[in-house]
Amino acid sequence: MLTNPDIVKAIFGRLTLESLPLHEPIVVLTFVAVAIGGAVMVAGLTYFKLWGYLWREWFTTVDHKRIGIMYMILGIVMLLRGFADAVMMRLQQAMAFGGSEGYLNAHHYDQVFTAHGVIMIFFVAMPLVTGLMNYVVPLQIGARDVSFPFLNNFSFWMTTAGAVLVMISLFVGEFARTGWLAYPPLSNIGYSPDVGVDYYIWALQVAGVGTTLSGVNLICTIVKLRAPGMTMMRMPIFTWTSLCTNILIVASFPVLTVVLALLTLDRYVGTNFFTNDFGGNPMMYVNLIWIWGHPEVYILILPAFGIFSEVTSTFSGKRLFGYTSMVYATVVITILSYLVWLHHFFTMGSGASVNSFFGITTMIISIPTGAKMFNWLFTMYRGRIRYDLPMMWTIAFMLTFVIGGMTGVLLAVPPADFVLHNSLFLVAHFHNVIIGGVVFGAFAGIAYWFPKAFGFKLDVFWGKVSFWCWVVGFYFAFMPLYVLGLMGVTRRLRVFDDPSLQIWFIIAGFGAFLVAVGIAAFLIQIAVSVMRREQLRDVTGDPWNGRTLEWATSSPPPDYNFAFTPMVRDTDAWWDMKRAGYQRPLEGFKPIHMPSNTGTGIILAGLSTVMAFGLIWYIWWLAALSFIALLAVAIGHTFNYHRDFHIPADEVVRVEDERTRLLAAGAKP
Amino acid sequence: MRDILILKGRIVSRLKLLALLPLAAVLGGCNFVVMAPAGDIAAQQRDLVVISTVLMLLIVIPVMALTVWFAWRYRHSNDAAKYDPDWDHSTGLELVIWSAPLAIIICLGAITWMGTHLLDPYRSLDRIAANRPIDRDKAPLEVNVVALDWKWLFIYPEYGVASLNELAAPVDRPINFRITASSVMNSFYIPALAGQIYAMPGMETKLHAVVNHAGKYRGFSANYSGAGFSGMHFAFHGLDDAGFEQWIARTKASSNVLGRTEYLVLEKPSANEPPRGFGTVDADLYRAILNMCVEPGKMCMSEMMSIDAKGGLGLAGLNNTLPLAYDKYARRGTALGPEPSFVAGTCTIDEPQGRIAAQVRESTPLLGAGLKRPSAPFTPLGSSTSLLFGSPSKSQS
Repeated sequence: MLTNPDIVKAIFGRLTLESLPLHEPIVVLTFVAVAIGGAVMVAGLTYFKLWGYLWREWFTTVDHKRIGIMYMILGIVMLLRGFADAVMMRLQQAMAFGGSEGYLNAHHYDQVFTAHGVIMIFFVAMPLVTGLMNYVVPLQIGARDVSFPFLNNFSFWMTTAGAVLVMISLFVGEFARTGWLAYPPLSNIGYSPDVGVDYYIWALQVAGVGTTLSGVNLICTIVKLRAPGMTMMRMPIFTWTSLCTNILIVASFPVLTVVLALLTLDRYVGTNFFTNDFGGNPMMYVNLIWIWGHPEVYILILPAFGIFSEVTSTFSGKRLFGYTSMVYATVVITILSYLVWLHHFFTMGSGASVNSFFGITTMIISIPTGAKMFNWLFTMYRGRIRYDLPMMWTIAFMLTFVIGGMTGVLLAVPPADFVLHNSLFLVAHFHNVIIGGVVFGAFAGIAYWFPKAFGFKLDVFWGKVSFWCWVVGFYFAFMPLYVLGLMGVTRRLRVFDDPSLQIWFIIAGFGAFLVAVGIAAFLIQIAVSVMRREQLRDVTGDPWNGRTLEWATSSPPPDYNFAFTPMVRDTDAWWDMKRAGYQRPLEGFKPIHMPSNTGTGIILAGLSTVMAFGLIWYIWWLAALSFIALLAVAIGHTFNYHRDFHIPADEVVRVEDERTRLLAAGAKP
Repeated sequence: MRDILILKGRIVSRLKLLALLPLAAVLGGCNFVVMAPAGDIAAQQRDLVVISTVLMLLIVIPVMALTVWFAWRYRHSNDAAKYDPDWDHSTGLELVIWSAPLAIIICLGAITWMGTHLLDPYRSLDRIAANRPIDRDKAPLEVNVVALDWKWLFIYPEYGVASLNELAAPVDRPINFRITASSVMNSFYIPALAGQIYAMPGMETKLHAVVNHAGKYRGFSANYSGAGFSGMHFAFHGLDDAGFEQWIARTKASSNVLGRTEYLVLEKPSANEPPRGFGTVDADLYRAILNMCVEPGKMCMSEMMSIDAKGGLGLAGLNNTLPLAYDKYARRGTALGPEPSFVAGTCTIDEPQGRIAAQVRESTPLLGAGLKRPSAPFTPLGSSTSLLFGSPSKSQS
């Protein structure tokens, strides 16, 4: 039967044995390593009988805290993949001089830089930021959970499904060779007929569902679930930036969904939205993708700004300077971020007036951003700054980010952009703001809230090793790229013929090596901290002398977060409570209404992955079948009436008594 | 206060030293072409880079210095520093921190507005270099640029020659580039000459520039365009007048011919092509490339737009297509869509398709910016029954 090509095609679509990159030794070796690692992990989980635990307590959980932690794990795992791509690029660019082709052919190299960009933005930065928001926001506003706990679980698994699709593309078929935004006509069927762009499209579409829904969820949570007394202008800054970020998500991700859908139609049914002929217009794609893409940058950086605000205020032991102007700055940035998209393609020939309009709106964003910088500065002013890890990251951020901000404003001057656009100067600029802003922010956030999530602090020694390697490595890796940009070197090149450039790429490669050590030190830090958890234990729930409500509960917080909803009287609610001599209530506990775990989220996301796989490989029966299954499970879930339960008052009493005992024991020595 | 100033002074002087570092590197032999270009446009763009950077340093350096200073002064172990945990507002300071960046951005915004208009790549040059106005008698050099997969084609309409992966221009004579592409987006960039502009299929962008110093410079695509992208660079020769005449004569002497057939062979994807000249070039070739109708039988975009401007072919237009046999790489359709096709030209033997298209082109200039709209956007279909040969004035009024 399998000799008839039509039947084979109907069953397997365009998936053949040749689709497996068996001829690429690097990919095969990676696959072997991943397969062995995966097998060891599966065997370990089976041996220790952890599958049931994982399923019950983690995969099906609707607890925002556990979902937040799972987002962070996803982000860190994908960071390893994305960073491996970065190392491969650095190595290739440092080697491919003087007639050498390096070790990557164009087919491979072009996938590597595309995957690096896609993974770092969608599956590293987004999960890290979403994870922190998911974990912290409900605690900061004194809520029991997010507004829609099941939706939260579903969102997480959809994001993971997108990441899984990108990972599958490594071993089955290939990833896009178009750059991370897949501009047509290159990404259209005529010039990219293979599965790469389809992997790109469906990975982003599936993950995009998760991101958009998670945005809806967090907006609703912040607007509706704040503790009594917490007016909008008493919300912690991190909550404010999260609110703005999620508004950006909800307003911009649909644009991405639509533009990718149009590209899908072009690729699957032969429409002509972005083709060269039949009235198609690739410039429309470039505009649309950046109408999403620019707000996306602020989606990532705003929560980081929020983290730095919390950290600066906490570790300076001082109220945040200019809370009101900080809030307005955030809101102004949110609005302005929609008015600047064209600065990503001044060189497309829009004309001087359009270019200057978008150049100037871009510069205007630097005013509220500058104001934020000053607010952090004057928060430190007359403070008592403790240099724990989160504060170290914050100072590194402040010094690094102003450089990135400066080069960013420079690139917003259209004539300057004409000479620097698409150059390594640009690459250096956006790594400067994304690493210096988002990544440093994520590390500050992890170091800051880790004790809240796990009840013990992170090891300081390995944290410092990681910090210094990251910061120094960053400067080594990207300052040479600024220099190379001024030497007129463009991005995404695979081979070079000017030998005088090589030294700069070698320096950049050394920087990447330092960052690799930084990442390794971070992983060691977590392992060491877990082993030394008894020494690092914090029983107070408030290890940093915090100011916001998340520090009012135990570490890790109980499932229900707060036994009694706190009353808020000031911006720094917990600081105010401590000062007013707040006494923890010890009796009068009532049963607490909680949502039940459900496996629907992971099942829906799994079916989405299968459907996307079917669509990517033109296996129509599989796509249709999984789509029907998707609908059936989703409808079936609406008939699930066992979606909540009550934590009995006795259980609450037991948990709270335990905390009372620990607090008393902690206070003694 | 005084030691603040001293400290600040020290930091500033150190940063000044740092700012000299790139300069030292230039002296050390690195080629910072963006900072030291050979063309007036690129030089003015460089000046804007420098001016904007200096303007921003006015605020960036104090911020960095303050960060370091506050971080040091208000460290936990320093009991001498004042601690004021409830101090969180100062109207005066707020005014300063919002207005200082605002003032800088106002300056920068004004410079941006002027610079963007003065250095608009579509704008004709009005000077050759600082204090050297343009010589009106000297006609600018016209160069038509085509980005192919993965090489550059330069057509010199004035001289009837073309060159592949090699561009030459006389020093101090303005150059007018018209730029298009054959298949995907590229960006035409010669850092020593002028800033870049995208090259896009079916569209034309423009660049006006001039080279002031003779020499051999590097040009390349600055927008990733596929597998052969790394090799997509060319040499740009700035030559004196005699040298340029020689170069043209040498190219003219080449026996290579570039007509439509040869072009269709040339445009097939290939990488790292050696530079070569074409002594004979089809005069209509660039127009056909731009309008995506080099292949025989294809309707030109200009013709199509002209028909559409008069109301379009309506549903009947759907029948005016033929199956596509070849599209750059291969014949390719989508999985679920119709077979690939193209719009057939409406030529006759007496009226080769170029002519008609050339005539109608006058009414709808094909431009990236400032595309004229048809005066009556919703002209009823009925008025366009004899679209090509009917009088345009009736249906347009």
